[in-house]
Amino acid sequence: MADTAVQSAPAAGSSSRPSALKKFFLHNLSAKVAAIPMVATVLVVFIGCTIWTIYYSFTNSKLLPTGKFVGFDQYERLFATSRWNVSVINLLMYGAMSLVLTLGLGFLLAVLMDQKIRFESAFRTIMLYPFALSFIVTGLVWQWIMNPTLGLQGTMRNLGWTNFTFDWIANPRMVLFALLIAGLWQGVGFCMVLMLAGLRGVDEEIWKAARVDGIPTWRTYISVVLPMMRGVLVTAVVLIGSGIVRLYDLVVALTNGGPGISSEVPAKYVYNYMFSGGNIGQGLAAATMMLLTVMIIMVPWAYLEFGGKGRK
Amino acid sequence: MQPSVSIKDLSLNFGNVKVLERLNLDIAQGEFIVLLGPSGCGKSTLLNCIAGLLDVSDGQIFINGKNVTWEEPKDRGIGMVFQSYALYPQMTVERNLSFGLRVSGMAKDEIARRVARAAEILQIQPLLGRKPANLSGGQRQRVAIGRALVRDVDVFLFDEPLSNLDAKLRSDLRVEIKRLHARLKNTMIYVTHDQIEALTLADRIAIMKNGVIQQLADPHTIYNKPVNLYVAGFIGSPSMNFINGSLDGATFTADDGTKIPVGAYDFAAQRGAATKAVLGVRPEHILLGDAAQGMPFQTQAEIEIVEPMGSETLAWTKVAGIPVTFRCSSDIPLHAGDKVTVGFDIARGSLFDAQSESRL
Repeated sequence: MADTAVQSAPAAGSSSRPSALKKFFLHNLSAKVAAIPMVATVLVVFIGCTIWTIYYSFTNSKLLPTGKFVGFDQYERLFATSRWNVSVINLLMYGAMSLVLTLGLGFLLAVLMDQKIRFESAFRTIMLYPFALSFIVTGLVWQWIMNPTLGLQGTMRNLGWTNFTFDWIANPRMVLFALLIAGLWQGVGFCMVLMLAGLRGVDEEIWKAARVDGIPTWRTYISVVLPMMRGVLVTAVVLIGSGIVRLYDLVVALTNGGPGISSEVPAKYVYNYMFSGGNIGQGLAAATMMLLTVMIIMVPWAYLEFGGKGRK
Repeated sequence: MQPSVSIKDLSLNFGNVKVLERLNLDIAQGEFIVLLGPSGCGKSTLLNCIAGLLDVSDGQIFINGKNVTWEEPKDRGIGMVFQSYALYPQMTVERNLSFGLRVSGMAKDEIARRVARAAEILQIQPLLGRKPANLSGGQRQRVAIGRALVRDVDVFLFDEPLSNLDAKLRSDLRVEIKRLHARLKNTMIYVTHDQIEALTLADRIAIMKNGVIQQLADPHTIYNKPVNLYVAGFIGSPSMNFINGSLDGATFTADDGTKIPVGAYDFAAQRGAATKAVLGVRPEHILLGDAAQGMPFQTQAEIEIVEPMGSETLAWTKVAGIPVTFRCSSDIPLHAGDKVTVGFDIARGSLFDAQSESRL
């Protein structure tokens, strides 16, 4: 490398084009080599597979991706399937509640932790522990707790409260809330730790100034501190949001979509059609719809959040 | 007239550490008091106690005759300005000024009137729509002062407000604070570790060390008649020259035997027997050449280092075996190695007891 650079230097005046080209490839060569795996991953996995997915969602592929082009047939079928429609509504409801409650409870817990309490690090560890478990374990544990015969309901009835009822997991109208409990149990601790870090980043003198101004503590949290935590909030929303969209393993472990189809979610629909239903075209159509939904939300938001360079 | 702020036997402990101990301070209406001291001397702690941001362990605080020892900060009639400005970053300047008033439920037109007045006094009308991130340090501090101003209070507290600014801005804003005080005539309590700020701004300076006020006096007295060795060494740059020795009658004998007549010195009290003492002379009270002739004590000295400062020159030499700095006009040509006659202006010097370190 070194001698090419020396050779090209005197020739630069006569033939600048080849040397500029060389410069493009040779400048910071090691950095470019190091970036190749990631560039390849992005091109092949993210972009390549996305295009592949979209293409085959327009075919009638069954067990293997070999079918012929059928236009929007798979999509027509998709939206005529009640299982898909239920899945979408479930995800929207679960997502909205999960996002609001995780952020809300996470912030509330962080505020409580911020009150100079004793054993703070012990509490923090306890709160964060569920996050260390996989969704499968979380789902299994809560399945046992909420099982009407084995879990909480059975225990309470054995203790004498024979009217005690906690059967959300077996109740089609309440099963989403059962999912929500398990999801919150797992996710709130992490959100709290993020928020707590954000709270700790606020200058002590801001608090003093607010006290001198006579602003109540709760008002200071909402009107002054929360807006200052914008970066932390964005991080938390992105993490919680991506967790919601790919919600799958918790459902499999906790309810397996039941009772009936009342707790089905899109990711499970895609998986079932692609790997056990033997209908790749249908699964890919569902996957494409998920991607489209995420893009519709993400693109304008990302543009607003990160697009304008002059701000901040 | 009742004092604006009155502190009676104030003590503050953090666990076993006594930060402030039985501290008394009376501040007159409209007075500009500077609390001066090195970091850790308790000056900011005292200010926070006055503001009500720290609970005191013992003692009382009165503001305008009202006992506010256990009042919330907002009910004490104070406004406070912080070192880090502590502006609310997501609000515009206008919101920053008005937020506290809005929360307290004040009428809209009254808020607007007060914000307009503060903006006019501080010359920040063009900045009202901006956010703190788009302001310079000096502008931010002006907004922070404005936030104290709109509260329409009697007492202003400043906690090292200029420490985050660069030297040029600091001297500009210093003058502005002085102008503000001249216009508003409020009581102001100002904490700083910068002696220039203290000397230029204060009506009275309280020099603190280890939670105790060492001397409370006007800048002239503090500078010329420091009550003890600590104050004498803390105030003045370069600091006062100290010569250790002993005092017998009107003669001071340095440790190396040099005799210095101190008959011209204005002793605070009659003294008894000979004592160990420290003679302090400010660099500008050591005179050179012809001016030295009239002085009670003169000696030959060799210049070691010369520091030309533009308007004046600092020179380092040795007198009685001790390194001594003196200040002279930059018109006098001085070079290292020169032999000169220096004279001490004893009448303007200071003598301290070596044991008690207090002024004789």
